[in-house]
Amino acid sequence: MTNPTNPPSPTQFALFSRILHWLMAAMLLAMIFIGVAMVASLGNYRWLVAIHRPLGILIFVLAIVRLVNRMLTTLPPFPPTMSQLERRIASWSEKLMYALMLTLPLVGWGMLSAGHYPIVMFGAVHLPPILPPNPQIYAILRPTHTILAYLLFATFLAHLGGVLFHTLIIRDRLLDRMALWPTRKCNCKK
Amino acid sequence: MNSSESNQESQSLPKSLHRGSLILRLMVIGLVILGIAGLFAYTAGWLTPNVLTPTKIIDRFEQVNGEHPGFRRNHAKGVCISGYFESNGGGTVLSKAVVFLPGRVPIIGRFALAVGQPYAADAAHTVRSMALLFKLPDGEEWRTGMNNIPVFAVNSAQGFYDLLLASAPDPATGKPDPAKMSAFLAGHPESAKAIQLIRSQPVSSGFADSSYNSLDAFRFINAKGTVLPVRWSMVPVQPFQPLNPAMPRESDTNQLFDALIADIHSHALQWHLIITVGEPDDPTADATLPWPPDRQRVDVGTLTIDHVESEDTSPARDINFDPLVLLAGITGSDDPLLSARSVAYAQSFTRRESERKSPSAVSPAETTKLPP
Repeated sequence: MTNPTNPPSPTQFALFSRILHWLMAAMLLAMIFIGVAMVASLGNYRWLVAIHRPLGILIFVLAIVRLVNRMLTTLPPFPPTMSQLERRIASWSEKLMYALMLTLPLVGWGMLSAGHYPIVMFGAVHLPPILPPNPQIYAILRPTHTILAYLLFATFLAHLGGVLFHTLIIRDRLLDRMALWPTRKCNCKK
Repeated sequence: MNSSESNQESQSLPKSLHRGSLILRLMVIGLVILGIAGLFAYTAGWLTPNVLTPTKIIDRFEQVNGEHPGFRRNHAKGVCISGYFESNGGGTVLSKAVVFLPGRVPIIGRFALAVGQPYAADAAHTVRSMALLFKLPDGEEWRTGMNNIPVFAVNSAQGFYDLLLASAPDPATGKPDPAKMSAFLAGHPESAKAIQLIRSQPVSSGFADSSYNSLDAFRFINAKGTVLPVRWSMVPVQPFQPLNPAMPRESDTNQLFDALIADIHSHALQWHLIITVGEPDDPTADATLPWPPDRQRVDVGTLTIDHVESEDTSPARDINFDPLVLLAGITGSDDPLLSARSVAYAQSFTRRESERKSPSAVSPAETTKLPP
């Protein structure tokens, strides 16, 4: 693999960035499915919500780590196969995903605070409220949490579709930039 | 994925795809995206409209009771209370929960009638409830809602949903249709037995001399890690008074609430928190089944209620008494009603907190009125 700290332009994202990407991809996808399942499930709600709360807080912490890491590392350049417009869309959707990763847990935490719920993590461990109990604030944050989650899911689908298109149709090896597995480029380099 | 493309130069693009291969690849992409979106829709319950959901349960409350914006969909008529729980330390062998350490814990709560209509007249045989929030010093909370019946009338969410409709008043007569109720009981023999047991128990004169039972089973975990099946009850210190025969079954007043308010103004009311410890074979997943009467009962402390307040001014109006807000050392059992209650209460809470609030039937003027 290429040394990520090697200037001037790396061919892959830094190793730590790639680890964060795949770890959080799995967590976020699990989180969205848990969230949408639990509100519709009479029987499974209790254990799904018990995972949802601490996993959301873990995502929030990792999102902050990821944001700091993103500001400190050099990115590999866009492949030449991406048009100006495509690059702009990719950059904006990245910003949107960072914003959602940070705000979704905060809205959830704030919504439970405003709803006068204890913010239980596990056992006796719980977080303090970040808002005073208030029905009007709760009534705004509760649907906001759902809408932002749908938006995150839609952004994920668009992101996945874009990467699949590049990988299967254009075949510019875009995915290699984020690969945690050995890529052909390094195997084949003479 | 790994096609016959050449790798002469890392910069050059692979040859263009054959039309067949291109279509196949586009179809793969489409299937992946649609598959994940479909899984999402399935998980959300959008593809299974016949499955019972929390939304349907709360919708049914609105269907049978009419819409009463701002109020709880069940136990809609109530009054708020506060006081404290004084633990005697007797519960520490059963559970490591901090509430059982000797000492005092502040309480807020609510007495209510299990009706969906917030302005319904008090009736002696309506189920009465006591909901409590124990506020521990470190911010941990224990919430519990209890009823003055020995067992619950149903043992599943589906049973509850069916009973709601079967016991709904017929618009023509204003009374439940006996044929619908018989059909329900025929399909739910566990409910027929439970209702018989509920009816066999004498009803007390009011809120103050009623016993309130958790109905659902829970589990206690003590410091040694021993797990015990439990149910709990608030047993009144106030002596049992039989129902005043003068009280009509259908009254047009708040007389049960007014009597409670007068009682609290004249002296603090007290209940013993009694933990019933089940044996390993006792049913924990079926709230219609009583446990044998010889089970160990441990008095773990005394609840004192010394303040009463209208919902219009009390913070307890905006509290969801979710039965799964528990302390470390107390967990839910395998009773399916616990998860169903938790998620249905959340749905009811979200709806009422998003609606404009109307004044409670039990007004501040009523709760501050001193007894003659």
